[in-house]
Amino acid sequence: MQTVKMVVTGPFSAGKTQFIQAVSEIEVVATERKISSKVERSVKESTTVAMDFGRITVDEDLVLYLFGTPGQKRFDFMWEILSEGMLGFIVMVDSTRPETFREARTILETFRAYAPTPYVVAANKQDLEDAWELEDMRNALRLDTKTKILPCISTDKKQVKAVLLELLYGILALMESGK
Amino acid sequence: MALRGNLRDFTVTQLLNLINLAQKTGTLVVDGPSEQAHIAFRDGKLAYARIGKEDNGLAAILHKANKLSVNQYRTIGERAGNMTDKELGLLLINAGYVSQDEILLNLQVYFTDVIRRLFTWVEGTFRFENELLPPDDRINVKLNLENLIIEGSRQLREWETLQDEIPSLDLALKFTDRPMTNLNLSVEEWRVVKYIDPKNTMKQIASAAKLNDMEIRRIIYGLIQAGLVEMSRPTTAPLQLNPKMFPTQDKQEQRNLINKLIGRIQKI
Repeated sequence: MQTVKMVVTGPFSAGKTQFIQAVSEIEVVATERKISSKVERSVKESTTVAMDFGRITVDEDLVLYLFGTPGQKRFDFMWEILSEGMLGFIVMVDSTRPETFREARTILETFRAYAPTPYVVAANKQDLEDAWELEDMRNALRLDTKTKILPCISTDKKQVKAVLLELLYGILALMESGK
Repeated sequence: MALRGNLRDFTVTQLLNLINLAQKTGTLVVDGPSEQAHIAFRDGKLAYARIGKEDNGLAAILHKANKLSVNQYRTIGERAGNMTDKELGLLLINAGYVSQDEILLNLQVYFTDVIRRLFTWVEGTFRFENELLPPDDRINVKLNLENLIIEGSRQLREWETLQDEIPSLDLALKFTDRPMTNLNLSVEEWRVVKYIDPKNTMKQIASAAKLNDMEIRRIIYGLIQAGLVEMSRPTTAPLQLNPKMFPTQDKQEQRNLINKLIGRIQKI
């Protein structure tokens, strides 16, 4: 049995767990705990403290694992472990919370430093009125024009699939270029 | 779709940078602690600015700039009550009181001053209204934002922000494609610009220009915000495939694996 993995990362409450849940064939193995911080609890009730784990079986010989990282900075020791050997990664950003953009940038740079593998940025919650436009997010996140920033609603399977496919197309393109 | 948030997360300088990069047209509305400011832009250039309930009519601006006497200002107030700024401007030019260049220059000075006052706001919220265009009845200017951004960055005193934006002085800098024209740079800033080269790290530039960590970071932050230079960050290192990514080292098998994943995800 061959296995490959992709990592879904991003700031606290960006929608990583929901993203994996939308496409995983198994119930996501989520290590969620009740949030003790009042500030963070005002955003959501529970959070990932170690990792989320989803699975997509391709055939009897190949399985894709999706790992979701914990969003809070104090769990960043997990990031390097999770990033090892990944095919690529997805940085989830909540389009309605500009206060998290700076952190998203730091996470992106940290993962790029761990492994210069292909990645895409998923601008989550694009269906909400307060969502920033993609090009404004690109500028705020300092993404160059080559980096793909994709609209996303992490509860919508179709959009989650589109994000995963874009990442895979990016990997394929890199293979074709011979790098 | 909104460009909205809190000044604690995005400073006015950073907002000007976003507007400049995206060449936006519309109005930035900033709700400060006690006043509201409206800053209008056209194609990423400053067109108009208003703060609070301050009289920003052309007559008031020219009067404050000593281009109109108290009597002239009073007379205009009495006789030209319903006249728009554009009509008043034409009247003043035709009457030989001021030239068109003087009007535009004084408006630029006034609008720039409004932005300068905004730089001191650290508490408040902002929103960018795409639909709210610069007012038609007022005279609009067309002012590049780069100098204002650099000026706003000079006032930045937060070490944390500077360190966050420029985490390491071991990185090098390079110029972007933006032309560097009509820039009002200080002597220190020009000294830094002189040494910008992908071969020189920021640490080396600081040493050559005799600047401390805070000074070099603040200058570079301003140049980056104005879109004139960029850092060679690790994120710009070329992407590459790592052998550990795949369970097989055979290139064709790797390609087949990715194609299989694509096919499977398409079917979910």
